[in-house]
Amino acid sequence: MPQIDITPDQIVYFKWSFVTLSATIVFTWVVMALLVTVAWLTTRRLRTGVSVSRQQTLFEMLVTYMRSQIREITDQDPDRYLPFVGSLFLFISVSNLLEVVPGYHAPTGSINTTAALALVVFFAVPIFGIAEQGFFGYLKHYAQPTPLMLPFNIIGELSRTLALAVRLFGNVMSGALVVAVLLAIVPIFVPIVMEALGLLIGQVQAYIFAVLATVYIGAATRRDNEVTNSVVHSSPEVKNG
Amino acid sequence: MDSVTTIGQISIIIAGVTMAVGSIGPALGEAWAASRALSAIAQQPDEAATITRTLFVSLAIIESIAIYCFVISMVLIFANPFWTHVLTTAK
Repeated sequence: MPQIDITPDQIVYFKWSFVTLSATIVFTWVVMALLVTVAWLTTRRLRTGVSVSRQQTLFEMLVTYMRSQIREITDQDPDRYLPFVGSLFLFISVSNLLEVVPGYHAPTGSINTTAALALVVFFAVPIFGIAEQGFFGYLKHYAQPTPLMLPFNIIGELSRTLALAVRLFGNVMSGALVVAVLLAIVPIFVPIVMEALGLLIGQVQAYIFAVLATVYIGAATRRDNEVTNSVVHSSPEVKNG
Repeated sequence: MDSVTTIGQISIIIAGVTMAVGSIGPALGEAWAASRALSAIAQQPDEAATITRTLFVSLAIIESIAIYCFVISMVLIFANPFWTHVLTTAK
């Protein structure tokens, strides 16, 4: 049986004492460079008026959709959270989308990348919460509804970070692994179908990651204590405003 | 039977059992969530966008339980720490 790499960490291009250049690092930088280059090329000549370039239309569509989603979930001004959540979404989405390119290994298929992304969310939530509500105002959240719930709230904070990391890693890794196994069994046509399913799952997972980050931030920054039904709740007057 | 064989056998069997048992709960949960969301959309088609978004988020969260089982069974097969330990000490 050929060796199946379950993470791109096992593909090492370059090794010098403690510095290891694995496929994860290389393709993370490829995705980042691609995103920055395309964004720079597009925003270099932004125009208002009737005739705008196609790239600008695409980017405006993305940003408008993200803003409306963030506003619906958090009931707050979306521009505060758009750079953070939008970058997370774009990075995960593009790194999953490029999986169709031969020779590419999605960096999100490595537990290191997803753990780093989840840690960023883990630290961003209290930072946004403290900036919005003040130090003690934010800490009061942990003692809700009674101080007895304090340990459970802390455990919940840690376990949802773990869940965020393992969910993204597991979905992307399982997609790549299923294709690898199918290539050994039925090499014709069937892997393509699973690859298409993997693309869909990658996009859904990018969306889920961004939405969950927004929900956590929204729950930490909301002034009233209505945190449980934050996803369901959206009021029409805020949507129009 | 030496310890290498035992560890290999038990790892493979448990990997299968993990997937089999661990996918029952999420399967029932996802089916329940999807059917409730469908009847909710049938009752209130205007709220379809909100219901669909919530459904997707809940499905992904439910599915992550099955994904944890999958990750554990993959670790048992491909990245088993006991297996590597036995292999290194055997040398």
